[in-house]
Amino acid sequence: MSDGLGIWTVLLAVVGGAIRVSTPFLFVSLGETITERSGRINLGLEGTLVFGAMSAYATAVMSGSPWAGVAVAGLAGGAFGLLHGYVCQLPRVNDVAIGIALMLFGSGLAFFLGKPFIQPSAPPLPAIPFGFWSDLPQVQAALRVNVLFLVGAALSVFLWWAFRNTKAGLIVRVAGDSADAARAMGYDVDRIRLYATGAGGVLAGIGGAYLSLYYPGSWNEGISSGQGLMAVALVIFARWNPLACFGAALLFGGAGALGPALQSVGVSQGYYLYYAAPYVLTLALLILTSSPNRALAGAPGELSLSK
Amino acid sequence: MVADAAPSQLAAAPSRAPVGLQIRAWLARRAESIAIPVAAALAGFALFGLFLACLGKSPFQLIDIVYRGGFGSSFALGNSLQRAAPLLFAALCVALPARLGLVVIGGEGAIILGGIAAAAAAQPLASLPAALAIPLMACAAAVVGAVWIGAVGWLQAYRGVNATISSLLLSYIAIAISNHLIEGPLRDPTSLNKPSTLPIGDAFMLSPMPWIGVHWGLGCGVVACIVAYVLMDRTTLGFAARIAGGNVRAAQIQGLPVGRLIVGFTALGGAFAALAGFFEVVAVQGTANGTLAAGYGYTGILVAFLGRQNPLAIVPVAVLLGGIEASSGLIQRRMQLPDATVLVFEGLLFLVVLLSETLYGRFKIFSPHLWAEKRETASASAVSVAA
Repeated sequence: MSDGLGIWTVLLAVVGGAIRVSTPFLFVSLGETITERSGRINLGLEGTLVFGAMSAYATAVMSGSPWAGVAVAGLAGGAFGLLHGYVCQLPRVNDVAIGIALMLFGSGLAFFLGKPFIQPSAPPLPAIPFGFWSDLPQVQAALRVNVLFLVGAALSVFLWWAFRNTKAGLIVRVAGDSADAARAMGYDVDRIRLYATGAGGVLAGIGGAYLSLYYPGSWNEGISSGQGLMAVALVIFARWNPLACFGAALLFGGAGALGPALQSVGVSQGYYLYYAAPYVLTLALLILTSSPNRALAGAPGELSLSK
Repeated sequence: MVADAAPSQLAAAPSRAPVGLQIRAWLARRAESIAIPVAAALAGFALFGLFLACLGKSPFQLIDIVYRGGFGSSFALGNSLQRAAPLLFAALCVALPARLGLVVIGGEGAIILGGIAAAAAAQPLASLPAALAIPLMACAAAVVGAVWIGAVGWLQAYRGVNATISSLLLSYIAIAISNHLIEGPLRDPTSLNKPSTLPIGDAFMLSPMPWIGVHWGLGCGVVACIVAYVLMDRTTLGFAARIAGGNVRAAQIQGLPVGRLIVGFTALGGAFAALAGFFEVVAVQGTANGTLAAGYGYTGILVAFLGRQNPLAIVPVAVLLGGIEASSGLIQRRMQLPDATVLVFEGLLFLVVLLSETLYGRFKIFSPHLWAEKRETASASAVSVAA
């Protein structure tokens, strides 16, 4: 009896965790999808995520409004994205290496500027209690859905539609698949990639705002544990498809919630190993979906990652 | 007429170009690869000074503190060199795969697992004499590191998995494994507040190197850099790796074993990184614990890129960054700056140095042709005067 209840508790916690933990993955991976579809890879989104978390928290503490925090995080993320996009259009500059540098720089700057904000508490982002119909507190906790999660879900549908049906979406895809073709059509490839990287940065910054303003809902130096980079792997797994990003983000969120969920029901044996679950899952999916002989299906042709 | 024709024939045959001319062209090429990184590093310093000035702090005080805290006294220098030692190994873990075109950023994982392996190996070897046990512990660490980062190379070569992402994921997995081992099976029950493995015992601890007073990790790190340099620049294997890094197709057409080269170089890099963890355990901590994840792996990436992936350039860069990190505490206390100051500085330096890549080949003064031509016309006129 107690065993059955334990399994249900874990399952429910994983579902709730998937919804709660997946939002940063979702935003970063959607942003990275836009960037990679234009033919560049930005590994610096990890730094953007951390800086977004810091700037959102600091703004929310000072202004009292979490939404102002989200806006500032988006702007700051956009600035990082534009910096990456601008620097990478210079000849001989490697986008992967610049991404690593921005990862270090973004998190360093966030730790530096965010030092005074570790103590004070910021107003959190609102959540909608979809679990009102149930009497069980676990169900209610699992189904408290943050507004940003819904925004992210809507955004993934919109992006999926926009990549197929809008002029801007098609231009980004052309720039990513063949720079020569885009140039022949009279488009400035560097500018398209600049804007695409900037847009990716905005979304990653908003993902960071979710981290500090909702879950885990505080600002400290360990706030991100590689979500920004895992999201890059997630984009590969999702085959650069925004709708698939949504599913993949939920999967990763669930894997991330496994460790805390097991701990909450008293599993202490090897519990640190469960914390590795999202990383192991990411790696396993990467290994299964990659191939040395052919480019990945759906991969933008100009991407250095898939060449 | 005849006297005029002779020197131009000389110039047409490159094998017979005067030695002095060759040296000048070589020097011009070398000057570029030294002047641009140095200028970039100075620009990074200047930008960071500007950043500090904007916050109302004196950049000159920072330079003074970094000098005194990192290099000013023999104690400070020793501290810097001690921090430089793991950076040497960590940077090699980036520079060796980089020769094949792989960006490996997960050296941190190999460092941590190397330290754990060394500490774990100490227990069954306890009855052996130290002279035998310590090399065996080093081997245990190196094997674990070689397998860990070699797997990254294998996945890239045979499965097409991007090495940058897989190495970083593996380093997070390594941290989880080490937490599990340190808190669980390998935990010393007497380590209450700071979970650690059983101490390796005083007999197995390495004494410092004579004269310098810094642990042997520094000496071995420098030797490792020289070995890596010779391997990469003076052997056929290194040459083959460079071809494979430049153009995989060309290397395959030449019949080079690209896959095995990738696995070999990444495994060697991983073995070196693991030695950083080994030395932290046998020369500094005496046990493996959470301090192994001190970020040496990440600073090592910066060291390798600052040294432009050249193993010999890694040595001075590692000492410089070791000094900057050693003065971190002093910067916090004297200037009331947060501990992330050094991180901001390193990030800025990294960005500027990568940006400077775009400057190569832009300055005429470094062009070997310019120097060769000048000499050519000069020697031509000298010959005609003599005639």
